[in-house]
Amino acid sequence: MRVPLEWLLEHCDPGLDPAGIEERLTMTGTKVEAVHHHGVGALERFVVGRVLDAQRHPGAERLSVCRVDLGNGETEQIVCGAPNVAAGQLVAVARPGAVMPDGTTLGTARLRGVESHGMILAEDELGIGTEHAGIIVLDGGAEPGRPLADLLPIATEVLELEVTPNRPDCLGVYGVARELHAATGAPLGPPPWAEDPGTPGAVAGAEVVVEAPDLCPRFTARVFEDLTIGPSPPWLKARLLAAGLRPISNVVDITNYAMLLVGHPLHAFDLDRVAGRRLVVRRARDGEQIETLDGQVRTLDGEMLVIDDADGPTSIAGVMGGARSEVHADTTRVLMEVASWVGPNIHRTSQVLGLRSEASARFEKGLAPEQALEAQVVATRLMLELTGARLVPGTIDVGGPGPPPATIRLRSAKVEGVLGLAIPIARQAELLRRLEFSVTVAPRGEAEEVGLDVAVPPFRRNDVTREADLIEEVARLDGLEKLPATLPPRRGAAGRLSTERTLRRRAVDALVGRGLFEIIGWSFTAPALADRLRLDPDDPRRAFVVLENPMSEDGSVLRTTLLGSLLDVARLNQAREAADLRLFECGTVYRARDGGALPHEHRSLGAILTGRLQPPSWGTPEPPRASFFAAKGFLGAALDAVRIPWAVEPAVEPFLHPGRSARVLAGGEPVGWIGELHPLVARAWDLADAGAFEIDLDRALGHATAVPQFEDIASFPALHMDLAVAVPESVPAAAVVDVVRRAGGELLETARVFDVFRGAQVGEGRVSLALALSFRAPDRTLTDEDVTPPRERIVAALADELGGELRA
Amino acid sequence: MIDRIDALRSEAEAAIGAAGSSQALEAERVRWLGRKAELRNLLRGVAQLEPAQRASVGRVANEARQALEALIAARAQELEAAELDARLAADRVDVTLPGEPPQTVGRLHLVTQTWRELEEVFRGLGFTVLEGPEVELVHYNFDALNFLPTHPSRSQMETFYTTAGHVLRVHTSPMQVRAMEAHPPPLYVVIPGRTFRRDSDATHTPMFHQLEGLAVDEDITLADLKGTLLESARQVFGADRDVRLRPHFFPFTEPSVEVDVSCFRCGGTGWLPDGARCPVCKGEGWLEILGAGEVDPNVYDFVDDPRYDGEKVQGFAWGMGIDRIAMLKHGVTDLRLLFDNEVRFLEQFG
Repeated sequence: MRVPLEWLLEHCDPGLDPAGIEERLTMTGTKVEAVHHHGVGALERFVVGRVLDAQRHPGAERLSVCRVDLGNGETEQIVCGAPNVAAGQLVAVARPGAVMPDGTTLGTARLRGVESHGMILAEDELGIGTEHAGIIVLDGGAEPGRPLADLLPIATEVLELEVTPNRPDCLGVYGVARELHAATGAPLGPPPWAEDPGTPGAVAGAEVVVEAPDLCPRFTARVFEDLTIGPSPPWLKARLLAAGLRPISNVVDITNYAMLLVGHPLHAFDLDRVAGRRLVVRRARDGEQIETLDGQVRTLDGEMLVIDDADGPTSIAGVMGGARSEVHADTTRVLMEVASWVGPNIHRTSQVLGLRSEASARFEKGLAPEQALEAQVVATRLMLELTGARLVPGTIDVGGPGPPPATIRLRSAKVEGVLGLAIPIARQAELLRRLEFSVTVAPRGEAEEVGLDVAVPPFRRNDVTREADLIEEVARLDGLEKLPATLPPRRGAAGRLSTERTLRRRAVDALVGRGLFEIIGWSFTAPALADRLRLDPDDPRRAFVVLENPMSEDGSVLRTTLLGSLLDVARLNQAREAADLRLFECGTVYRARDGGALPHEHRSLGAILTGRLQPPSWGTPEPPRASFFAAKGFLGAALDAVRIPWAVEPAVEPFLHPGRSARVLAGGEPVGWIGELHPLVARAWDLADAGAFEIDLDRALGHATAVPQFEDIASFPALHMDLAVAVPESVPAAAVVDVVRRAGGELLETARVFDVFRGAQVGEGRVSLALALSFRAPDRTLTDEDVTPPRERIVAALADELGGELRA
Repeated sequence: MIDRIDALRSEAEAAIGAAGSSQALEAERVRWLGRKAELRNLLRGVAQLEPAQRASVGRVANEARQALEALIAARAQELEAAELDARLAADRVDVTLPGEPPQTVGRLHLVTQTWRELEEVFRGLGFTVLEGPEVELVHYNFDALNFLPTHPSRSQMETFYTTAGHVLRVHTSPMQVRAMEAHPPPLYVVIPGRTFRRDSDATHTPMFHQLEGLAVDEDITLADLKGTLLESARQVFGADRDVRLRPHFFPFTEPSVEVDVSCFRCGGTGWLPDGARCPVCKGEGWLEILGAGEVDPNVYDFVDDPRYDGEKVQGFAWGMGIDRIAMLKHGVTDLRLLFDNEVRFLEQFG
C-alpha cells in the first residue's frame, strides 16, 4: 500500500519528519517497508512564471523563444516546444538546478543556437499527470515567482506500508491517518465522508435487485447525469500517480481516488449502456460466459456472482467489470456502484478464475458494509465538483449497514495478566477511543472486576471480536515499548533432548570426526530418479509422495532415498573441481501410504565417498581410495559410536555393484544397504567409482545401547592365539567368524579376521583367513591345556560346517 | 705384588678412559677384568702369600677391581650418550616438509550447527526438544492455527500440496496443537525442522528450516516472551544485544509481534566506525529475527484436551528461521548456497 505523505498529513499531521512518522507507524503495527520520494527535487527551483512574449524560434518551426517573468524583477529567456504556449499565460517553470522526477538536474541549454534558462513544464514532466501535448496553464491568482509547490503537489514522500491481512481498514489513506492519530495523539481531521451532498430514497430511472443477499450484504448506487468525461485536475492525478495508479479520466479517477481514501472499491457504469437500467445481483449459471474489461472471455460457475442487466451479465461482482457497460469518452450518465461482497466468496472466484484485481484483493479481506456508503459519499462530492454532473436525487441502498457492533468487556486484570505490564485503565480508554472504539467504564459486578465495556467500530467488526483482540490494541499502542523482560515461571519444566536425538547427534559426530562433510539435500526430487537408480517396478522406493503443485518437474516428488541427493551434490562438486569427496546426510525421506494416511517419514543416514580418502602427501603419495571397505569403515564408525550391534550380509541392490554390495543388519534387523556404485549409475552422475551406504537411522537406533551396563574387567590375563584356515571362496568371512564364535565356547573372548590370503599354497577357489583369537577366564589364568579343547572344537566345526582346512 | 696391582690399575684406568667406542670399551673390559686378565690371575696367587700379606693384597686387589668396574660403567654411559647424540644427529629430517595429514576433519552443515546451537540455548531455558511430521494435515498446518479459509498462505501459489491432499508444512507451527494434544500443561517445547514454501530467490528457498517455540502455563505473559527471546538473542548474537517487539499479525497469536534484535555488527547504530552504512542491518540498527505472540485463545479450542482452556491457561509461541539466523550470524549473502552443498562452502562452518 503506497500512501503519499502529503495526502496523509492532510488528515493527520503529527508534526514529525518522515522518519518520525515511519517510526511511530512501524512501532504500532503498520510497518513502513520503505519511504520513496515521488516527483521533483530542489523544490525552490520550481516557480510560477508569466509568459511576457513568445516569438518563433529563428531556426526551428516548432519551438518558441519566450521571455518569462519569474517574479522579484527577474526575467529569463526560455525555449519552449509546446504548441499552446502564448503570451500572458501563467505557467510552471523549472529553473536551472531543478531536479526532475527521473533524477536528472536541469541546466542551461542551447536549443538550435538559442539559450534557454529553464523549462516551461507539461504535466508528465512534473510527475503529476500523463499529459505531454501541452504545457500546464495555471489558473489566475498565482503571481509570478510563487513557489510552484504551493499550487501543485509536485513532490511528496510516499510511505510503502505493509498492511496485515486483518486490517483492511488501513488500505485507505484515512484509515492510516486514524492509525497515525492513535499512535501519536495528533488531531485527526473529520472523515472525508462527513458531509453528504446526497439524499436517501429511491432513484428515478435506475433499479437494483439483489437475489443473493447472503453473498452481497449491501449494494449502494447513485446516478449522475449531464456529466462530461475529461481529464482530472493535476492535484488528483498527482495523488493517483504518487499512490501508484495511472490517471485515466475524471470518472474513473474519482472511483480510484475514493477507493484509495476510504479503502473500499467502486465501479462506475455508463447507465445508458445498462440495458433496462436495472441491475440484478445473482449467482452465475455453470458455464455462463462474460467478457471482462481486460478483453478476456471468462467461464463462470454457480458459486460466482454476476451483475446482470436486461442483456445478461455485465460484470463479475467484486472482481471485474464487463466491457459492455464501461465508461466511455462520450458517457454522460453514470451509475456509481459501491457494494459489499463476502470475502471468502470473492477469494474463491478470483482463485478459480485466476483473475485478481485491485478490487478483489480488497474485498477478499472482508470490508465493512458501512464503508460502502462512505466511499459513495466521497465519490459524490468529487463527481459534482469535477465532472459537471448533476446528482439524481436518492440513493439505492440494498442491505444497509452491517449488524450493530459487539460490545466486549476488557478486564484490567486480564490486560496485566496477558502482557505482564499494568496499563492504567484511563490510558486504556484513551487509546481505544483514539481508534474510534466507544468506551464506558464497566459497572462493577459481583466479581468486583475493574474493566471497560468497549464497543467496536464497524470497520473493525471482523478483526476485533474478543477480549484478547482489545488487549492487543492497547498493547500495540502503549505496551510493547514499555514491556519488561521477564522469564516464565517454568513450573516442572526441564529442557530435555530425547535419547534418540542424543544418539543421532553422536552417530553424526562420529562421521564428522572421521572426515566426512555433512550436506543438506533437497526433499524434492525427480520421479525419473527411480529409473536412473534402476529400481525394480515394485521397489518400495518408487512409492513417491507426489506434489500437486511442484515448482518444477525435477522437484515434483519427495525423495524416498538420500542417494539421489548425495549423487547430485557429488556431481556438483566434481563439476567444480573437487574430485575427492566424503559426504553424508542425515535427513528425512518420505514414502507414500495408501488410504489418505500421512506418508511414512524416517530419518535416514547416508554417505558417499569418491576418489581419494585423504589428500596425497610426500609421505603417502598414493592414499587409499573410496571402496566398499572404506564405506564400511565409516558405517561402522557411526554404528559403533552408539553401540549398535551390526553386521552385513551379501545382498543385491539395483544401483550397486552386484559383487560389492550388502545388506546392513542392526541387531539382526535389515536397516539399509552398503556397496560400491554400479558403474552404470556412477556414469549417469559423471562419477568414476564410489562407495556409499544408507540406513534407516530411526530403526537402527532402536538397537543402540544408550546406557551400557558394567561388565567386570577380569583381572586374569587373556591367552592369544592365531589361527589360519583355508575355506572355499564362496564362504564369507562373517560365516567363518560366526562358526568360530559358536564353537569357541565361553572361554573365547574375541575372534577377528586380520589377514586374507589367496594363492597357489591355498589352492584354486580357496581363500585363507587369518584369525586372531583371545581366550579369557574370569577366575584363573588360562594355560595352553585349557584352550586345547575349544581350539579343537573350532577346527572341527570349521571343517564340518565350512569345509575349512587348518593351515600351518 | 701391591705395586704390581697399582701399576695394573693405573694402566687400566688410562686405557679405559681412552676407549673411544662401546666396542673398544668392551675389549678393555675383557682385557683388564676378563677371564684371562692379569689382575684376576693375580688374585688367585693371593692364596700362596703369607697370611699377614694376604689381607692387605686381597683388599688392594678388590679395590682395584671395583674401581675399574665403576670406571667402565661410567665410561660406558658416557660413550652411549655420545653415540646416541651422534646417531640422532645423523638421523635428521627436513622439518620444513609438510606434515603427514592426519584423518581429515569433517564438518557439520552450517544449518545443523545453528540448529543445535538453538536447541542448546532453549534447553538451557527449560524447553524440551520435539519433532514433527514434515508432510502435514491441512488441519494442523492451517485450520487449527486459526487461518481463515481465505488466507493467502493456503493458496497453491504459496503452499505445496500433495496429490493425497496433504501439505508440506509451511512452518513448524503445526506442532503447537500436536504438542498440546500429546502433553498436558505446563508445556515448554521447541520444535526445529524442515519447512516448505513455494518461493525462490536469494533469501527464500522452497525448503528451509524453522524452530518453533511454545510455552503454555497458567500465567505466561508477553513480558515472559520478551525475556525468553532477549536471553536467547544474547546467547546467539552476543551479550550486549537488545530486542524490541513490534506489533504484527499472525492468525494464531494475539497479541502478535515481530521481534527485532539490535544489530550485532554495528551495535544498533546503523553505522560502522568508518562512517559506512552497516551492511548487515542496512542502516536500520535492528534485524528482524522472528514472529511471535501470545497463543490466540482460538488455538486452544482446537486442542483435543480440555485442560487447554483459554480462560485457564495462557502462553506464548514463536517461530524463527534457523537458516536466516545462520546467514545473519555468519554473513552468508545467498540462502541458496546453503543447499548447493559445495565443499568449499561447507568447510567454512561447523
